[in-house]
Amino acid sequence: MVDIPEHLLLKTAEARAKALGISVEQALAEMRGEAEPTKIEKEPDVIEVTPIEVEVKETPAPAAAVKETPAPAAEKSNGQVPTEVDFAPETKVTQRLLTVVKAKPIQKPTSEPVDKVNTWPHLMLPEFISLMAMTAFLIFISAILQAPLLEEANPNITPNPAKAPWYFLGLQELLSYWDPQIAGVMIPLIIGVAAFMAIPYIDRNKENNPSKRKYAIMLWTFFLAGAGTLSLIGILFRGPGWNWTYPWIDGVWFDDLLDWVHFE
Amino acid sequence: MKNEKIKFKDRLKDISAGLGDSLKESTLWGSIFRPGSPFRKGYSDSPRNRSYVVMNNVLYHLHPVKVKRHGVRLSYTLCLGGLSFFTFIVLTITGIWLMFYFRPTEMAYVDIQSLQTSIAFGSLVRNMHRWAAHIMVLVVFLHMSRVFYHGAYKAPREFNWVIGVILLILTLLLSFTGYLLPWDQLAIWAVTVGGNMAGYTPVFGAQVKFALFAGLEATEATLLRFYVLHVLFLPFIIVIFMAIHFWRVRKDGGISGPL
Ligand code: HEM
Repeated sequence: MVDIPEHLLLKTAEARAKALGISVEQALAEMRGEAEPTKIEKEPDVIEVTPIEVEVKETPAPAAAVKETPAPAAEKSNGQVPTEVDFAPETKVTQRLLTVVKAKPIQKPTSEPVDKVNTWPHLMLPEFISLMAMTAFLIFISAILQAPLLEEANPNITPNPAKAPWYFLGLQELLSYWDPQIAGVMIPLIIGVAAFMAIPYIDRNKENNPSKRKYAIMLWTFFLAGAGTLSLIGILFRGPGWNWTYPWIDGVWFDDLLDWVHFE
Repeated sequence: MKNEKIKFKDRLKDISAGLGDSLKESTLWGSIFRPGSPFRKGYSDSPRNRSYVVMNNVLYHLHPVKVKRHGVRLSYTLCLGGLSFFTFIVLTITGIWLMFYFRPTEMAYVDIQSLQTSIAFGSLVRNMHRWAAHIMVLVVFLHMSRVFYHGAYKAPREFNWVIGVILLILTLLLSFTGYLLPWDQLAIWAVTVGGNMAGYTPVFGAQVKFALFAGLEATEATLLRFYVLHVLFLPFIIVIFMAIHFWRVRKDGGISGPL
């Protein structure tokens, strides 16, 4: 037999002794198999249950079925076999109302359940395909378009016009409208960047449906159109001295795409 | 159509069907691919295994096991955030390759020339690096517009937008510092224009320009400065901010929407 720790054995013996009205030593001895187990004289109280006529429905739910096997304790009591019923038919009131407990879960769901799919394969596969597509596209254009390499850098020969990289050309165009000595460059730039960062804190409209944020969408579209126009002007319509030129008459001054479109 | 679908599903089940069983049974193989990997022997396409593909994998650092159904529709994100990241990876790989052949000294121009003429794939890799840089600026900007049009910067995603703006600036700075490196007329004068603009800063103008150029004008000292920024400092910073950005996307409850 497994060794039961002494303190546990003692505790159990005490409980048994109390329940049967015997001494602890006796109980211990019984548990160790050294004495005959005490016969239980006192029968537990049995609550008499009046058998209730129950109409058995066609397909009764399992819980509603009348228990065929009576409790063994009840059997002994007075020969009569009580029927245990674990439900009450609606017609018969067998309980009284103590309190009404509102049906309320312990954990309160705070968000609606959302329709989700497995990342693998539903997200990772499209990702993988777009990765492959982009790599293929990149290799393709790199094979046919030569990146520009002009003459070696020479601080003494200033090209005219000297253009910034294309993504700054909108800015360069914008800055050409005011005298940088007076209006400055960094300060408007820093304010601009700060304004971009502040967008979520300025736009307090909680909606994200486009039809409910027309104003915001309009502003961004204006911004895109403006930035696009300024950039295109800077790229295509500015020549020597930052003067207005027409690409189809005067040619284009945009060396980034030097070997792509053969200007002049 | 239906048949096609089943066929495709069957393919998913057997990614590694072509590999020999003895290989897949080896201790080495089993130790590399964790349970749930489609490369393990006896992989079956079950919901449990679909979860394990992500969960029992380093990918768990990037992706949750499940994502919102509308978020995986290509038309929702257009994969723009993902493509920004992919272009960055491509740029890192091609960039490291270029570093083997490039010296940020008076030899820079010659190095680029010989890269194009006498090194295998030199021209292709240089072109890839250059065009990918342009594409990254464009894609990041488009991603930003997508986010704006979806109102995806709204609570609780406000701060991820701020991190996004920082990523945009870092992307532009990476591109700008790289622009100088070929040390040709295009490079030096584009950077000179940019640097001069910075020079118009009130009060500190001269200091800003000096810090940028490492001198009074674009010289080889500027080249070295931009090189270190371009290959080390800025990538280091942008990776940190990308990590925060991706982490926030998940912590803010995944992709926003549906609209
Ligand atoms: C290096 C640049 C960037 C990378 C690699 C990047 C990557 C990502 C990725 C992978 C996502 C997941 C959803 C998607 O693909 O659209 C995402 C979401 C997001 N990004 Fe970016 N991003 C970058 C720049 C930006 C910029 C410039 C902004 C805005 C100023 C921005 C703002 C956001 C926001 C707010 C989300 C959450 C969108 C949603 O929940 O629908 N990110 N980003």
